[in-house]
Amino acid sequence: MYRYDETDRALVMQRVEQFRDQTRRYLAGELTEEEFRHLRLRNGLYQQRFAPMLRISVPYGLLESAQLRKMAHIVRKYDKGYGHFTTRQNIQLNWPKLEQVPDLLGELAQVQLHGIQACGNDTRNITGDYLAGVAADEQIDPRPYCELLRQYITLHPEFYWLPRKFKFGFTGAAVDRAATRTNDVAVHVVRREDGAIGYRFFVGGGLGRQPMLGQETNAFVPESDLLRYACAILRTFNRFGRRDNIHKARIKIVLREWGYERFRATIEEEYAKIKAGIEGEELLLLPQDIERVRAHFPAPAYRPAAEITADVAALAARDAAFAAWMKRNVRAHKVPGYRVVFVSLKAPDHVPGDCTAEQFEALAEICDAYSFGELRSTYDQNLVLADVAERDLQEVWRKLDAMKLATPNIGLITDIVCCPGLDFCGLANAGSIGVAQDIYRRFDTLDAQYEVGAIRITISGCMNGCGHHSVGHIGILGVDKHGEEWYQVTLGGSAGNDAAVGERIGRALARDEIAEGVERLIRAYLELRCDEDETFIECYRRVGMAPFKARLYGTESEAAAA
Amino acid sequence: MTMTILRDGALVQDDWTLVEDGRTDIELAGGKVIVTLARWRTEGKALAASHEAVGVLVPNTADIEAVYPEISDRKLIALQFPVFTDGRALSQAVVLRKRLGFKGELRAIGDVIQDLVFWLGRCGFDSIVPRQDQNLEACRAALDELTVAYQATADEHTPVWVRRRARAAVH
Ligand code: HEM
Ligand code: SF4
Repeated sequence: MYRYDETDRALVMQRVEQFRDQTRRYLAGELTEEEFRHLRLRNGLYQQRFAPMLRISVPYGLLESAQLRKMAHIVRKYDKGYGHFTTRQNIQLNWPKLEQVPDLLGELAQVQLHGIQACGNDTRNITGDYLAGVAADEQIDPRPYCELLRQYITLHPEFYWLPRKFKFGFTGAAVDRAATRTNDVAVHVVRREDGAIGYRFFVGGGLGRQPMLGQETNAFVPESDLLRYACAILRTFNRFGRRDNIHKARIKIVLREWGYERFRATIEEEYAKIKAGIEGEELLLLPQDIERVRAHFPAPAYRPAAEITADVAALAARDAAFAAWMKRNVRAHKVPGYRVVFVSLKAPDHVPGDCTAEQFEALAEICDAYSFGELRSTYDQNLVLADVAERDLQEVWRKLDAMKLATPNIGLITDIVCCPGLDFCGLANAGSIGVAQDIYRRFDTLDAQYEVGAIRITISGCMNGCGHHSVGHIGILGVDKHGEEWYQVTLGGSAGNDAAVGERIGRALARDEIAEGVERLIRAYLELRCDEDETFIECYRRVGMAPFKARLYGTESEAAAA
Repeated sequence: MTMTILRDGALVQDDWTLVEDGRTDIELAGGKVIVTLARWRTEGKALAASHEAVGVLVPNTADIEAVYPEISDRKLIALQFPVFTDGRALSQAVVLRKRLGFKGELRAIGDVIQDLVFWLGRCGFDSIVPRQDQNLEACRAALDELTVAYQATADEHTPVWVRRRARAAVH
């Protein structure tokens, strides 16, 4: 975990005071609504349907126990006793009071948390692989690079007033677990054949309206040039991003309007100029700069395997519930004797991603006792205990289970990704939480879930796409039709290495049809798959849209009409 | 009417007059004037001959590197903020200072509110014209709103990674 020094601490504290003064001036009528809006967004404060929403940045998804305890305190004192984990690994509070936000931010600053650039047209919090440092398929641990870039883009004066939000996603592994190419910039940290470390850059991704995946602009930027290349991309965006239409302001639109060649060439040309000038010198990272940050992410003090292995299979054989959890929520670890444990935030009748004060506290204790004090948030709104010893697994399971955090459904059909929708969000066209719960109830039994296997359902309450609907295997998008809530369904999206934007299947479904519609699609899959090993997405890619469409809409003629 | 502006961190009376396109007032002759890039291109020579100094206002959509050869000898270059959230001129300023080496007065005009001032200062503007309704003393103080920074833009800061490098070398 990165530890602040005096500079980091001073920066966050001064920022709190800056915002305190802005809030005071706003309440005193010295700042207009519009002026204050841009200032508060840059501190994480958004206006929702009923109350402000405060987004707290969780840098590349890493949390530690002190922060979890603080969150428990914060949600009790300033909110209604719970927070919400988002698809960008952040935490949102739904009910803070504006006047109290400066104090709230002051408390967060004590544990290295803040809302700086959590909203607004600026560089947002960086997302990253939640298995960084522990995944067997990892080439390079991306965390030091995430941190170096985090510092560079935090309160960067030149890039503080961008045309639109700007997001970076990082991975250093073979499997993309951070939906990186849905970001404006994806950085893949790679090792070349000759051993040199560098970055593969993809630029121009983004969800929301006109979802697009980032395109490769450089296959290998040397390790020393992370900030130089980032500066080139950001300057290109600041100069050329459209400012005349908020819906066309993302960098993906520059890519679309210019075409790939010109887009790539412009970034590369700026990069060359930066390298050649004074800026290039300043932005160059020396090996010791990287080592210094890497030292913040040491491997934990792992115990020898002999001390911590356990016959987990034997324990599982005696306890079916434990066995189910082991099967679904526990994964291999690169160090013998350790496992990666997923904490499910998708219990029955629970809002996907929500976490109560009691759960925050329990998690703090569990990660202190069993996972070196750290916890990670994932882009599918779950949590991860990255370093649990085998012999502790059963105890960890009991403790998680007692807090409703052990639902054995990671990666299954009830592990639904979902935005706040009409229940909270001022931009929503339709509810999403209720739909998630309806779908959940249809597949509640474990047997049914296992039968269906790996699948990702994603739900957004409007086309902004906070629930990642366009990259779900089954994506559900809430639309408004004459004041009624309807849902458009897409199939075939993916956020992983095989990233793809889903295709619309046909006419939208009404609120009371949607859960039934999903069930039909699942039944279609169960009939269509060639064997139990073929997942939903593989099956869809093999057979195409038509058979799913026919089964969703019932009759051939209705399918043709839809 | 002279205006109070921020120059080099102090509130001073402005000695330049911004001349809108089309305006031909005779009393401007002899003084220090700022004209648009378009006007500079057509009337530059004549203006320079009849005035103590001529500064140029560059639109924030211009390619500053392409324009620079035409204005590199100016004492003052002004850049525009049509709304305070439009940060294009911040990139122009950094490129002017750091890549092109412009040493003259770099002025920000337009929708300049107190909360933009700090960022302007760090991007190399040494001359800032706050919007009419702004509290000037507060604008001046805003230049030092935050005293720590991670990165160097066109200011006195040293990047944090370079500072930490130096500190590690001492220990
Ligand atoms: C309730 C308050 C929220 C509001 C008002 C809001 C607003 C928005 C808007 C307007 C966009 C579209 C941006 C664009 O197209 O350029 C967006 C995108 C997004 N939001 Fe939210 N959001 C909210 C909550 C959330 C939550 C809870 C999550 C996670 C569960 C989330 C994650 C995202 C993601 C991943 C995107 C897509 C980013 C992209 O376009 O690349 N947001 N949000
Ligand atoms: S997708 Fe739409 S409804 Fe859902 S949180 Fe985002 S803006 Fe709100």
